[in-house]
Amino acid sequence: MINLETPKKQAQLIDQAHQLAMNMLRPISRKYDRAEHEYPKELDMLAALIDGVSETGATGGAGAGGVRRDETPDKDPSKVRNGANLASVLSVAEMCWGDTALLLSMPRQGLGNSAIASVANEEQLERYKGTWAAMAITEPGIGSDSANLATTAVKDGDEYVINGEKIYVTSGDRADSVVVWATLDKELGRAAIKSFLVRKNNPGLKVERLEHKLGIRASDTAAITFTDCRVPAEDLLGSPEIDTKSGFAGAMATFDNTRPLVAAMAIGCARASLDLTRDLLEQAGVTIDYDRPAERQVAAAAKFLQLEADWEGAQLLMMQAAWMADNRKPNSLEASMAKAKAGRVGSDVTLSCVQLCGTLGYSEGELLEKWARDSKILDIFEGTQQIQQLIVARRILGLTSSELK
Amino acid sequence: MVAPRVTGTTYAPLVKGVTQSYIWLMSFLSSLRPGGRHGLSSRETRDPIGYAIAAVNRLAQSDLIDRVGLRKQTEQAVYSTTRNGFRVATAAGRTYARAGRRTAGERPANAPSRGVFDLTPTEDESMLVDVVQELAAELFRPAAAAADEACAAPAEVLAAAQEVGLPGLGVPESLGGIMEERSAMAGTLVAEALAKGDMGLAVAALSPGAVATALGLWGTDEQQQTYLPAFTGTDVPTAALTIAEPTVLFDPFELSTTALRDGDGFVLDGVKSAVVRGAEAELFVVAAMLDGTPALFLVESGTEGLEVEADPSMGLRAAALSRLHLTGVRVGAEALLGDTDGVAYTECVRLSRLAWCALAVGTGQAVLDYVKDYVNERQAFGEPISHRQSVAFMVADIAIELQAMRLLTWKAASRATRGQDFAREVALARQLCSEKGMRIGLDGVQLLGGHGFVKEHPVERWYRDLRAVGIMEGAVLV
Ligand SMILES: Cc1cc2nc3c(=O)[nH]c(=O)nc-3n(C[C@H](O)[C@H](O)[C@H](O)COP(=O)(O)OP(=O)(O)OC[C@H]3O[C@@H](n4cnc5c(N)ncnc54)[C@H](O)[C@@H]3O)c2cc1C
Ligand SMILES: Cc1cc2nc3c(=O)[nH]c(=O)nc-3n(C[C@H](O)[C@H](O)[C@H](O)COP(=O)(O)OP(=O)(O)OC[C@H]3O[C@@H](n4cnc5c(N)ncnc54)[C@H](O)[C@@H]3O)c2cc1C
Repeated sequence: MINLETPKKQAQLIDQAHQLAMNMLRPISRKYDRAEHEYPKELDMLAALIDGVSETGATGGAGAGGVRRDETPDKDPSKVRNGANLASVLSVAEMCWGDTALLLSMPRQGLGNSAIASVANEEQLERYKGTWAAMAITEPGIGSDSANLATTAVKDGDEYVINGEKIYVTSGDRADSVVVWATLDKELGRAAIKSFLVRKNNPGLKVERLEHKLGIRASDTAAITFTDCRVPAEDLLGSPEIDTKSGFAGAMATFDNTRPLVAAMAIGCARASLDLTRDLLEQAGVTIDYDRPAERQVAAAAKFLQLEADWEGAQLLMMQAAWMADNRKPNSLEASMAKAKAGRVGSDVTLSCVQLCGTLGYSEGELLEKWARDSKILDIFEGTQQIQQLIVARRILGLTSSELK
Repeated sequence: MVAPRVTGTTYAPLVKGVTQSYIWLMSFLSSLRPGGRHGLSSRETRDPIGYAIAAVNRLAQSDLIDRVGLRKQTEQAVYSTTRNGFRVATAAGRTYARAGRRTAGERPANAPSRGVFDLTPTEDESMLVDVVQELAAELFRPAAAAADEACAAPAEVLAAAQEVGLPGLGVPESLGGIMEERSAMAGTLVAEALAKGDMGLAVAALSPGAVATALGLWGTDEQQQTYLPAFTGTDVPTAALTIAEPTVLFDPFELSTTALRDGDGFVLDGVKSAVVRGAEAELFVVAAMLDGTPALFLVESGTEGLEVEADPSMGLRAAALSRLHLTGVRVGAEALLGDTDGVAYTECVRLSRLAWCALAVGTGQAVLDYVKDYVNERQAFGEPISHRQSVAFMVADIAIELQAMRLLTWKAASRATRGQDFAREVALARQLCSEKGMRIGLDGVQLLGGHGFVKEHPVERWYRDLRAVGIMEGAVLV
């Protein structure tokens, strides 16, 4: 039965996330935007709180750790499930309504944790419990074209030796481990790319610098070098075999899970702008009328309607992608659709809200200008707008990556 | 244009002749004034050469008509759906056996809520959609181009729509319809499926059902007993729900059409537009202001003071759009459909917009399916044009926005079905479907290049039809 409302059983979780966002993130949002690179110590307590709630199972498996696909067969496969994926996107959106950068800085909720949840075996899952893992794919020479990365991993006895340079590693400084993508053999292309969990105290790993950024300044973005960095063979995630047929697919599967999460960040960030702008407009005497034709309302109201409609479309695409994952339907097309739409809507909404609010919106006195800076990254990392369009186009048109480059 | 001859006696003062020719000249010139005609804004001015050219053009036109002997024909007011300007009385009315009491009628029940996010239609809905999809593909699509040309829906298409029970879709089972519960979701899925075949034909086929659905939702026992049996029977009346009016910045909550109380009945005056199959329609639901609040009235064709005028438009031509002129039309107290405080009317406006959203989604899907194959087959610069990002990304964006349109529409529809407030959701759906729907129509043509501009391919029709979504009010209802 068609129903696109927030699931009843997750309403409480989302309420909690909203309260956390409002009462813990918002009050420190501007502080850490200004104090770039300073550790938001308030998050330690928040993380402990979230861990506590997770233990009780009340989060429904939400959070980065929750995106793993549960492979145990359902008692009733015909039953529609609203599970961990939907819970994750909805609570991540709430937290980013609070502050996107702080959500990204949440201890033990790194992108590396998502990768571990997606591809690690049971033994590794157990061993990595409680770690805070960043994710290092991007290099100075490659970004979107991640299959072409240059960092190498060479087997030496029961160790791998990693050499290379990674940039833009979110939480690369604060996390205690990094999931590093490296190639076993550059000649063999994407199939030879494997990911390794490297502990931060590994002497071969060095955090070189932190970036100064346009937005999400509370989140640390690190450049990390690996110099003869030795890791035990059992820290290779997934299978060590180079399977030229499906090799890269495992790594890419992480993205099917994380793209809806990045969409969720854009949804949350944009909703912060919409909520405040609506309120400011109402105080200025502009009300949004859902029944009158837009062209019969003042231009600001008409614009707001357009933004809200686009936003709602993005939100529903995000929910669709997560719902499909919950119900074990392949969702890489829908995940990319959600990220593409949410990424561009995030920018349009936050920038337009600054426009509607004038210098009030542009000033650091409000958070609107900050959200308009924070939103930009969400259309870039985990696959840019164009990369999502490529994925969608290839799928719709049935084209390979050599036909549609 | 026949120039009035300047009359006057030979001894008349010269000044009189001058005055008269001046008057003639002025009236001739004012007939040439740009204001509002021929697509000219009233701010345009003609210089002397412009006037001369316009005058010559006028004469040339009348001369031509005379020379080929067409004048007689043009003066004959033959009603044709393909030309505007001719007015005729509405179709002869049918007699409905009055029955029932003036108490509230039957109401469809709200669907239950399970509180689970779900994008799977119910079994009943899926079965219905399967049937309608086949109808759309086998019958609607092949008939679409000719129907567009003729500004009329072929009888066999309408008959087939009736056969699968479309007019009774929104009518509760207890009144002979097919739905046990509120049918907004089912109606949305059906409209989407039909419009994938053709939007114009879908509107033509759904129009009687719009009136039946309105009767099911807001009718009194008497109105339901009197009219609904005809809609669930084998000879369904042609019927039209009319809200729109031919004015700029039309607002359905500030209508120009009025209903004045007269004894215990009403007198209706005004002009409605986008009236589906107006010349054939036997029953109208007319929106008019009553004591400053919009309300709905049932008006049977043949009532004195009704005239219908063909109003062929940019698209939706198979729906034979017309205008309905109401001049002192008297109806009884039993004609009022729904309440007088605007609640039923507001819901009607929303449900109608919802139906238009569903139509946009269906036609958008038709565009996507069509261009997808075309760009893969069309070769330019040595490879399929789909291998170029500017082409492929356009297709990707169509797919993304289309799915967003669909989800918004479904959300509003499912809320309506459960009896939840859906004002916000339908407003957002309408916003997205009109804006992105139009964009999809535009890109559909662009992706075919010059071939998209000619009628060999359906994309130019979809371009015209999708333009309707943002401006239409009434006509269809879920
Ligand atoms: C704040 C921040 C945090 C980040 N966090 C992480 C992290 O934790 N881990 C990590 O591994 N990376 C991270 N990144 C890196 C991010 O994922 C990359 O920046 C992103 O993938 C784009 O790569 P690039 O910057 O090299 O751009 P490029 O790949 O050089 O792209 C430049 C432009 O070209 C376009 N383009 C590229 N290829 C194509 C194509 N085939 N068709 C059409 N257009 C194309 C892109 O869309 C883009 O607009 C982060 C980046 C930032 C700024
Ligand atoms: C009313 C009308 C009048 C015309 N008059 C004339 C005339 O007088 N003389 C004459 O010679 N022609 C005329 N034309 C033809 C017109 O110039 C062509 O239709 C036009 O050049 C486009 O070519 P096409 O239709 O083959 O589209 P295609 O070349 O098939 O293009 C289809 C789509 O693919 C896109 N595309 C194609 N190649 C690429 C690429 N490399 N990268 C990205 N996108 C690409 C196009 O932009 C378009 O969106 C007329 C066409 C019409 C409709």
